[in-house]
Amino acid sequence: MSSSLLQVHDLSKHYRQRGINVHVLDRLSFALEGGTWTTILGPSGCGKTTLLKILVGLERADSGTVLVDGAQVPQLGSIAYLPQHDTLLPWRDALGNAILASEIDGRSLKEAKREAIELFEHFGLGGFEFVYPHQLSGGMRQRLALIRTFLAHRPILLLDEPLGALDPLTRATLQTWLLEVWSELRKTVLLVTHDAEEALLLSDRVLVLSERPASLQRDQAVELPRPRDRGSADLVARKTALLDLLLVSGGA
Amino acid sequence: MNGRLTRILAPIVLLLLLLAAWELGVRGFNVRAFILPAPSRIALAFISNIQLLGWHGVVTLLEIVVGLLLGAIGGILLAISVFYSPLLDKALYPLIISSQMIPVFAIAPILIVWMGYGLWPKVTVAALISFFPLVVNVSDGLREPTEESVDLFRSLGATRGQIFRKLRWPACLPTLFSGLKVSATLAVVGATIGEWVGAHQGLGYLMLQSNARLRMDLVFAAILMLAILGLSLFGLLRIIERRVVHWRAPRKDVQEV
Repeated sequence: MSSSLLQVHDLSKHYRQRGINVHVLDRLSFALEGGTWTTILGPSGCGKTTLLKILVGLERADSGTVLVDGAQVPQLGSIAYLPQHDTLLPWRDALGNAILASEIDGRSLKEAKREAIELFEHFGLGGFEFVYPHQLSGGMRQRLALIRTFLAHRPILLLDEPLGALDPLTRATLQTWLLEVWSELRKTVLLVTHDAEEALLLSDRVLVLSERPASLQRDQAVELPRPRDRGSADLVARKTALLDLLLVSGGA
Repeated sequence: MNGRLTRILAPIVLLLLLLAAWELGVRGFNVRAFILPAPSRIALAFISNIQLLGWHGVVTLLEIVVGLLLGAIGGILLAISVFYSPLLDKALYPLIISSQMIPVFAIAPILIVWMGYGLWPKVTVAALISFFPLVVNVSDGLREPTEESVDLFRSLGATRGQIFRKLRWPACLPTLFSGLKVSATLAVVGATIGEWVGAHQGLGYLMLQSNARLRMDLVFAAILMLAILGLSLFGLLRIIERRVVHWRAPRKDVQEV
């Protein structure tokens, strides 16, 4: 277990909201292996975003530990994080947005730009280097945000519902695209979603969280070969099982 | 009609109509020139006194520009310090708001006593009147980035300085320029007030002198010159704004039918 890239142990979190004590996370433990894709699936409002913020180091847990590569977190800057809503900077062109992390790290901008242009070319954004975010479609903007996250060169990427705001067609296209990017770059990804199909299409492992306070309800490996067919009987059966689980825990 | 053409022509046509009505009114009712001069007479006074107006105009323009610059820099610095220091925010903000309830007209004579008849009391009045829109607009602009954008920067390990330079400052530029345009028009008012209270040069001084000699045509010519200065400054700021804030998505004019 000590070889795991990310280790989460016994994480608990409460916070006070309008004088009421909210119990968000309840002794949550899991580990991520390097180079794998893990998806956290849970009902809306179960504390997924809080969990990500703790992993990134933006918030502190009440108790429990997070270890990245054996080192104690929260240490800001060690995990690449893509927040849920659009965070592209409107005053920078696509290339300028893509190299943000390199700029903050103080790495060579020339090198970062060269690398970004290569990725743009490779992943369907070629020719859009000098276009501003407001001129891009929703799907393009999200591709750019994802490329920016990949270019941060952190060992782990946390993606908070990156495709949540897109229409179903764009979403399906981007799922395929994301898988392509990941297969080539082989980063360790932790994706948060409430879409069971998306979880099964993309990941090696699905962690199902319960309603608040979130605890680990199921840790399910998905050993199907990629690319997967969303219509295959196996995938549909697994999806139904996951939805049942979510419905029971959601109680709605 | 073409939308762009309408936008240019409409105000010109309206202005010409108003001027024609003015001209006809003055001639028709035989209004005497020291009460209200006709536009043609003002134009004549403007052209024949162009050197005089130019000289006084340069003085006033200098007061406006220096006052606006000082007011803007002060306003921006104040907004930034108030943003980063909650204590300063609590202590200063009520005072800044209250200070705006004091009419500048009331302070101008005091400034003359302290600073004499030269450039500085006018610059000070212009600066005092023009710093407030910048304080308000820059304060709002710095709060423009969402919590998620700030989280993104923090997650990358950005320092507070980097968050300011790469996120908050660029995000506040559109509102900063809105404030600057308001301040520019206020600075014109401020400099003129400063000159009315005590000066021996400048367009405000020229107005008072001409008024006392019943040279109403020259008063209006000075007002015209002041308007030209104000509009030029405004236009210049718009050009700079378009260059600096070029990334802003073009706003479509929505027309309600």
